[in-house]
Amino acid sequence: MKPRDELRSSKSSVVSTSVGVALATGLYGISFGALAVSAGLEIWQAMLLSLLMFSGGSQFAFIGVFASGGGAAYAAAIAGAWLLGVRNGFYGVTMAPILQKTGLRKILAAQLTIDESTAVSIAQDDPQLQRKGFWLTGTLIYIFWNLASLLGAVLGNALGDPAVWGLDAAAAAAFLGLVWPRLKGRGNLLTALVALVVATILTPLVPPGVSILIAGSSAFIFGWRGK
Amino acid sequence: MTLTVAILIASLAVYSWKILGHSVPKSLLKSPRVSRIAGLLTVALLSALVGVQGFTSSGQIQFDARVPALLVAAIFLYLRAPFIVMVAAAALVAALVRLWF
Repeated sequence: MKPRDELRSSKSSVVSTSVGVALATGLYGISFGALAVSAGLEIWQAMLLSLLMFSGGSQFAFIGVFASGGGAAYAAAIAGAWLLGVRNGFYGVTMAPILQKTGLRKILAAQLTIDESTAVSIAQDDPQLQRKGFWLTGTLIYIFWNLASLLGAVLGNALGDPAVWGLDAAAAAAFLGLVWPRLKGRGNLLTALVALVVATILTPLVPPGVSILIAGSSAFIFGWRGK
Repeated sequence: MTLTVAILIASLAVYSWKILGHSVPKSLLKSPRVSRIAGLLTVALLSALVGVQGFTSSGQIQFDARVPALLVAAIFLYLRAPFIVMVAAAALVAALVRLWF
């Protein structure tokens, strides 16, 4: 009986992990929705990002660059979102042999391939649980993230002037929260510090959004030689 | 370009990484240098966005109520507070600082 019990307990633990991660992640969709409308997006445009882009870092980057430069920053906003999405490609490389999907299911799996679905999946030992963790976490986050984005967008729309409510500070805090778990080790810390300072100092000197892309290049400088 | 078109292009661009990862042979992205740079790219871009969102306004460097807000956010993150709580605390601090000063 013991092995079966263990299997059952790990099956239920992958469910509870998925639900917990999905709820926690989905919730910060509220801040995304609110910040998107305060950056100047219509509610439906904010939803378009959550439904189609579905990658928190890239979505925050897009609205962040757009907020700082408006229509002049479209190209930089697209580039920023695109570059922040690069890690999803690496998650895809990890997930593809685990999921072994083709056709429509692969297209769907790719859309759900984000930080959290990958993390929950690869934390499991058993291949079946890995697949379950991926699909369950990815699907639940997709649902919660979009519902929360809508709620946030509607709330943000009702709030009015974003600065009065501190929403501009909330946007900065959101980026800090996204980078925080990655601030481990000297290389990462140094890269973060240099990028922050460079982006801030260059902002008055270059077109809107461009300072972020230039600062991003510090990744190549610090990453080329190794730790 | 309209904002909606920019959103569609950016969404497609982000999806292109996802589907690429699911389609290329593993060996292609296995180089430690490539994965190291990709990891650092995320760190660098997010940190740059902290700087631009936190310390600039309309293209100028500006230190205001967002500075104490970010400090509070860092404390909440250090205490492992949930994301939404941390963001709300930062907004509250900035709003209160603006109200009082």
